[in-house]
Amino acid sequence: MRITERAKQYMVAAVLFTAFALQVQTAKAQTDADAIMMAKNNFCVGAMYGHSSWKNYWEGTFKRNNLNLGTVSTQMYSVMGNYGITSKLNFLFGVPYVQTKATAGTLHGDEGIQDLSLWLKWMPLEKKIGKKTIYAVYGVGGFSTPLSNYEGDYLPLALGLHSTNLTGRIIGDIQHGDFFATASGTYTRRSNITINRDAYYTTSMHYTNEVDMPDAVSAQFRTGYRTNRWIAEALFDYSNTIGGFDIRKNDMPFPSNNMDWTSAGVNVKYNFKKVPGLSLVGGGNYVLHGRNVGQSTMFNGGVFYIFRTAKSGTVASHSCKLCAK
Amino acid sequence: MKKIFFSLLTATTIALVYLGCSKDIHGRTDDLPALNPVNIDIDAGLWKLVLLSRVDSFAVAAPAATNLPGYLGELNEVKGLQANMTDDEKAKIRYWSAGAVLRWNEIMRELVAKHNLPPYQNEDGTYPIPSGANPFAYPQFPFSNPPYAARAYGYVSAAQYDALVACWYYKKFYNRAAPYKIDSTIGANAIAVKTDLPSYPSEQAVLAGVTAEMMKMLFPTEIAYINAKVDELQTATMASGACVRSDWTAGEALGRQIASVFAARGRADNTSKAVGSQIQWDSLATATAAKGEIPWHSLETPARPPMLPFFGNVRPFLFDSLTVVNVLRPGPPPSTGSDEMKKQTDEVYGYTSNPTADNLHIIQFWSDGVGTFTPPGHWNAIAAEDFVKENFSEVRWARNFALLNMAEMDAAIVCWNTKYYYFNPRPSQMNPAIKTLTGVPNFPSYISGHSTFSGAAATILGHIIPERADAYMSMANEAARSRLVGGLHYNASDCVVGLTVGKNVGNYAVQRALTDGAE
Repeated sequence: MRITERAKQYMVAAVLFTAFALQVQTAKAQTDADAIMMAKNNFCVGAMYGHSSWKNYWEGTFKRNNLNLGTVSTQMYSVMGNYGITSKLNFLFGVPYVQTKATAGTLHGDEGIQDLSLWLKWMPLEKKIGKKTIYAVYGVGGFSTPLSNYEGDYLPLALGLHSTNLTGRIIGDIQHGDFFATASGTYTRRSNITINRDAYYTTSMHYTNEVDMPDAVSAQFRTGYRTNRWIAEALFDYSNTIGGFDIRKNDMPFPSNNMDWTSAGVNVKYNFKKVPGLSLVGGGNYVLHGRNVGQSTMFNGGVFYIFRTAKSGTVASHSCKLCAK
Repeated sequence: MKKIFFSLLTATTIALVYLGCSKDIHGRTDDLPALNPVNIDIDAGLWKLVLLSRVDSFAVAAPAATNLPGYLGELNEVKGLQANMTDDEKAKIRYWSAGAVLRWNEIMRELVAKHNLPPYQNEDGTYPIPSGANPFAYPQFPFSNPPYAARAYGYVSAAQYDALVACWYYKKFYNRAAPYKIDSTIGANAIAVKTDLPSYPSEQAVLAGVTAEMMKMLFPTEIAYINAKVDELQTATMASGACVRSDWTAGEALGRQIASVFAARGRADNTSKAVGSQIQWDSLATATAAKGEIPWHSLETPARPPMLPFFGNVRPFLFDSLTVVNVLRPGPPPSTGSDEMKKQTDEVYGYTSNPTADNLHIIQFWSDGVGTFTPPGHWNAIAAEDFVKENFSEVRWARNFALLNMAEMDAAIVCWNTKYYYFNPRPSQMNPAIKTLTGVPNFPSYISGHSTFSGAAATILGHIIPERADAYMSMANEAARSRLVGGLHYNASDCVVGLTVGKNVGNYAVQRALTDGAE
């Protein structure tokens, strides 16, 4: 059900991918320990488009379609950025505009600005072993909060779940020659939300407009080919809501459902040679199995550009082979 | 950089602590104080009954004298419960002490919400129908949709009322004081609010017995759940010092007997014929088409049979079935081919194509759709939270809920009778470009159920708590409007007429209230 949440996660993944690629590529290109992140004062900004849709979904473990929804789709237009506070600490943000729609039935779609996401990404450890192998460890802290008063209790067409989230993520990466593998684990702490109803049933009745939102854990593994010019990777995602409850047969979904899924996808990134700092990203993803979510197919694409401030001009030589001359 | 990192870490920690602390949720009625009635209504045994022919139709044997060994043994049982009480037991006493009518009403609303699920279709696109004869098979019985729920609230509340009137009659007649009055040790340890109300038979026991017995008819899959609540209430009431076992036993038996009268009525009130058959469903459409009108059709895929199309023939509580048809059912909506209907359809389209934040808020607040306690349940919740502030006695709580829920049940009957008599299409059927901002119910448009329920509820509640009358009516208007701006209903025909019909039904409840001896 949580297509927009899922879409958002992939957007997050996409922007991290972008940033991550920048950093690791830089690291690879550099021998200096202080040049492993996006260079200080560099600012990478881009626009992303994402499209996610599903026909089938799971009510608890029961997989079904719904002719009164047809295909439920989410389109997301995001602005995202990554700024090098220091070479080891990057600041990232994203703001999506979301549109939801069902192709069948009478339900009205929704649209609006969704959640502002902010991340701090820190690389405390980066090491080269031998001539061809580099590994690095990252810690990411994220914060997201709704920028508009959209209703979370309008699933499956809600723009999002409307919770304010804190995210902690640990990433490990290893690059050997032109190949790499990355694994990450994430914990998302969700705030309670308020909905426009003052009573609701989950597995018991609640006489309040406040909803206890379960936290979530997720893990990701990605691997592929990574050079200065190209990145091509496959990725696998696992996400598990800790707690929450199942949608019963033919019931409406609810923000505090127990939403789980595993998915697989691919991403590609290309850095232009003739326009240093310009890159294109694209990717696709498919939910293999889920619980209380739609079986989405997701595509996204975007364009990013790195601005170098006056200060960072001096670090051009080590900041980005990515945006190489 | 270290400085930056340190300050960010601090900020994150503070944010985490903040988020961590704010997750506990308290319901509005979780921590209510114990019910301390301003008036124990000692003469409520004289109030007008709903169904019972006499207040003493069911005999309650005289209680044993309080100085005999048998009663002293019962006091010791209460003392035993009061010794070594766990926190959980104390919490249960506090929970029930807010009022047993209130808590049983909340449990009812919970069961309605739990069972308010439309059945999932069969492989061949037909729909299975819940069966009271086989309630555990999918789809479980009942599907507590709005008319079903309105009737369930109506029966339970009316039965609770008659049962408590009988209870009060015997209380005054036998006049056995509560254990907390008789025994000083129990009095000292009592958690119950001490009043002069006699304890034989126990009002909590009467409520437990009557409600549990009604649930066998209304929510047969929940008998075990209800019985656990009965046991919980019994232990809590005895441990609180409010009654001894013989108070309880006599009360529970009385409640169950009185329920049997209501259950017998329920089995013969035409509800069993409310679903109808394919031939009957088809004939509704044919008859409407023969009048030159566009007949309603289901907007679901696969098309779902109309919801309880013959619920309009159910026997009401506050008036007879002829009154439904001859007095309360409104005249026809504008013809589906008329300019007026087109104008009203365009008005709906105008609202749904530009939903405002305020409109979305009221649409969602009043949606009361699948998986909720339905609009009558919403009005029960509104009433309950106001009744709490009034410190009514249990019997007055029951009387007020009976007035409300008989009005809601009868509003459902009149509304459903109207819906299927005219079989009028929804706005989204007249203009498929109308996308609704909450789910479209699977029954005809004219007249709006929300409006009818709300008009009836606001009218009787405004009589019970006159200082809130204007507030209730503005809530009813908002509920009605939410269905217009949500794209579910036409304004002038469905919402406006629905409110009027609802108020007319509500006035029957007001008339009863004026003559039931409680005012």
